[in-house]
Amino acid sequence: MTVSSTTPSASTSTGWETVIGLEVHTELATRTKLFCGCPNRFGDEPNTNVCPVCLGLPGSLPVLNEQAVTLAMRLGRALRCEVRRSIFARKNYFYPDMPKNYQISQYDLPINVEGALELPHSGAIVGIERAHIEEDTGKSTHVGGGGRIHDAGYSLVDYNRAGVPLLEIVSKPDLRSSDDARAYVSELRAILLATDASDAKMEEGSLRVDANVSVRRPGDPFGTRCEIKNLNSLRSLGRAIEYEARRQIELIESGEVVRLETRHWNEDEGRTGTLRTKEEAEDYRYFPEPDLVPLDPDDRWIARVEAELPVLPAGRRTALAAAAGVAPDAPAVAIAVERGLDGLAVAAIAAGGDPARVLTHVEHNLAVEGAGGLDPAGLAALVSMETAGELTATQAKDVLAEMVATGGDPAAIAKAKGYEAMGADDLAAAVDQVIAANADQWTRFVEGEGKLMGFFVGEVMRATKGQADGRAVTALLRQRAGA
Amino acid sequence: MTAPAQSALDIAAEVRSGERPAGDVVDEHLAAIEAREHEIHAFNLVLADQAREAAVAIDRRVAAGEDPGPLAGVPVALKDNICTEGIPTTCSSRILEGWRPPYAATVVERLAEAGAIVIGKTNLDEFAMGSSTENSAFGPTRNPHDTTRVPGGSSGGSAAAVAAGFAGLALGSDTGGSIRQPAALCGVVGMKPTYGRVSRYGLVAFASSLDQIGPLSRSVADAAALYEAIAGHDPRDTTSIPERVGDVSAALAEGVAGLRVGVVTELCEAEGIQADVLARVRQAIDALEHAGAKVEDVSVPAVVYGLTAYYLINPAEASSNLARYDGVRYGLRVDAPTTGEMYDRTRTAGFGAEVERRIMLGTYALSAGYYDAFYGKAQRVRTLIIRDLDAAYERFDVLVGPTAPSTAFPFGAKTADPLTMYLNDVCTIPSNLSGHPAISVPFGAGDDGLPVGVQVMAPALGEATMFRAAAAIEAAAPGGRDDA
Repeated sequence: MTVSSTTPSASTSTGWETVIGLEVHTELATRTKLFCGCPNRFGDEPNTNVCPVCLGLPGSLPVLNEQAVTLAMRLGRALRCEVRRSIFARKNYFYPDMPKNYQISQYDLPINVEGALELPHSGAIVGIERAHIEEDTGKSTHVGGGGRIHDAGYSLVDYNRAGVPLLEIVSKPDLRSSDDARAYVSELRAILLATDASDAKMEEGSLRVDANVSVRRPGDPFGTRCEIKNLNSLRSLGRAIEYEARRQIELIESGEVVRLETRHWNEDEGRTGTLRTKEEAEDYRYFPEPDLVPLDPDDRWIARVEAELPVLPAGRRTALAAAAGVAPDAPAVAIAVERGLDGLAVAAIAAGGDPARVLTHVEHNLAVEGAGGLDPAGLAALVSMETAGELTATQAKDVLAEMVATGGDPAAIAKAKGYEAMGADDLAAAVDQVIAANADQWTRFVEGEGKLMGFFVGEVMRATKGQADGRAVTALLRQRAGA
Repeated sequence: MTAPAQSALDIAAEVRSGERPAGDVVDEHLAAIEAREHEIHAFNLVLADQAREAAVAIDRRVAAGEDPGPLAGVPVALKDNICTEGIPTTCSSRILEGWRPPYAATVVERLAEAGAIVIGKTNLDEFAMGSSTENSAFGPTRNPHDTTRVPGGSSGGSAAAVAAGFAGLALGSDTGGSIRQPAALCGVVGMKPTYGRVSRYGLVAFASSLDQIGPLSRSVADAAALYEAIAGHDPRDTTSIPERVGDVSAALAEGVAGLRVGVVTELCEAEGIQADVLARVRQAIDALEHAGAKVEDVSVPAVVYGLTAYYLINPAEASSNLARYDGVRYGLRVDAPTTGEMYDRTRTAGFGAEVERRIMLGTYALSAGYYDAFYGKAQRVRTLIIRDLDAAYERFDVLVGPTAPSTAFPFGAKTADPLTMYLNDVCTIPSNLSGHPAISVPFGAGDDGLPVGVQVMAPALGEATMFRAAAAIEAAAPGGRDDA
């Protein structure tokens, strides 16, 4: 996805540099939960996907999900991390949606360390500190008051999400603007989708972002950071970072200091507010989880993960750009890859489809709803009909929608819709008739009066009741004029 | 003083052959319970109806010519921290009031497969924290040999149930000696398997890296049979050991000729070991030598730090394991205006003093800034103990020493000062820290006429050898195993 910079970033406008590190939590797309056999599924009736293990009932024990480990390693390798022996730990704190009042996570020995992600536009490398496995909590709904636990009348807890596998991906503080941050999350999301590690839906909470933000004069050591929670969209992420950087700069410029604290993004008010200060921070009392043995994937397992690693978004963008003869950072290319339509586009181009028209369809007509039953040969055939002037752009869009829905043949669909009348021969006949009926104007046009092109196109359109393709008509008129 | 003690294997043999109906066995044990439970209080719950129903099923299978299993018809008492489906599991704590587990522990399933019959849930120190059952929220269990004395703990109810003839066998859990010490004080056999040999699935966690379920019985052979029934890999417990359990019972008759026995100096000289207890232990060691074992003293220096390390690791893990009892989902809830106050009131009302003490100790030991000095250092001591024990096992097949420093003590004798109570575990703790198997075998009585236990320890998965040595001690015990 492209990131357009609409607001001037705090850093460039004031001579300050914003330093950002992101923590991304993403739910792994496993069939079952991290430590039990309950389905890992969003949207079911509350408290139906639960068992003694994910409810943390006395005497229950966790058993690690192999698929979660495989997906974690796959994402790790996709981020060029070192995959290594790891240990689970308990993170202890009390909250009603956490069944055991501790979260099983990885602490000092995570499974993935020292990776890198390349931002698509700038080519900047963002370091990945770690990407570790942990379990999700349940979901609380606080009824009454301000929707927070403190003043709620009562709270409801749904444990369906408790024990869902998460990967926490922690970047190094290598990002320098809100645009960078959004580009990082977009690219990470594309990698998560490409590797089938997660469905990465921010709106369903399967991808959640916390941002660590600080500011400094370029070249100075890092400033004191604040962690911002509750960033539920790329828009919120960008706005929150901009707001927070300005807040910190204003504090420093007015002689105050930035306090190390956790802040909450309020989307409606467009501002961050203190959630808790360092003094109020929980002591999580981490210690090794005695119910699980160390996780030490052997070389064969890692090799299998490597072998199954798909081509990553960056590689796919390069491939599509090469096939289409456009730059790798062209918006259509990024969108095609993000939506998983690049394979279709490359194949349609290979099958003879005009690259520009193929990309146009992908970007504008397929990106939102998806390609459904469309196959590359069909897309190529449709594009050829357009090129041949048999379909207008508007008609092609209609036919394409039908192809997506039914998987049908473009010519048959066009015929059924009554679009087939304007074949190349019919168009040529219509053009010749218009020329014959307007001999004077034609002579002037042929002798160089170019502005008459509009007149002839208009006449042909009128004669064909708008069924002719404007570009095809133009081309035909030029050809007849011997231009 | 105690009921006529018939071996569990003898009961099973009679039931399997059809000589004696399981229904009669159950009725006889229920009669024994009826006669003395009011003074002993071994059980939190007697499952008379369920036991009778199970006996009917066993007898039907025998009548149909089927083999109901190696422990057919043997009544087994379960420590009340082992989950039983639909049946209250209290850990002798108010906080689990009303909770009925929706599932059964793996060991309970395995008992059923072996044909054993669960006859009741036994009393314990709350959440297995204690050495006398005086910490039970439901009142203490009394020692069948002298009801003015404690039965030991925390599996005091299980040990008393076996000693009093209420059950042919019992299961306990051993985190720092909680099977072996009450076995010693009640004059029965009690064994802690290698860590991971018996599934912990369904055992309410106390200190997860130390907890292990094991048998209590009236003979070494019975303990071996129960161990064989419950041991083995369980996919629901990742810490369970995949290797197959060998036929340990077959090893019992092999004798100890040539067996290398090390007498652990540090355990025999530990703080508070009574002279009469030590005299009995020495007598048992002489008996082993007489039976052909090669006996030598051995120093295992690091074990003297065991108690200190244990009382950091154990509360640390317990503080985390017991965090889930918060009034939100099950068990006791004392309502309050806010969630935080509800937590406070529920936990204050639900937990006894010893549980609170361990939660506070453990929370402190894991706190930022203290972790390395306490929990981290304790784990390094644990490594040291394992290293020293491994070194000893290069020269010896088994190690021996006392199980407990004294015979059964009077109620209240050690409740004023927790440290005095903790010292009861000084000889048993090293095996929990190392994860090695150990067994307590009754061997005569102290000056007060109360039972003394001798402890045999073995390296990881050394159960067969350990049972061999235990059988030799049992055979040489004054008056034999029915002496009590």
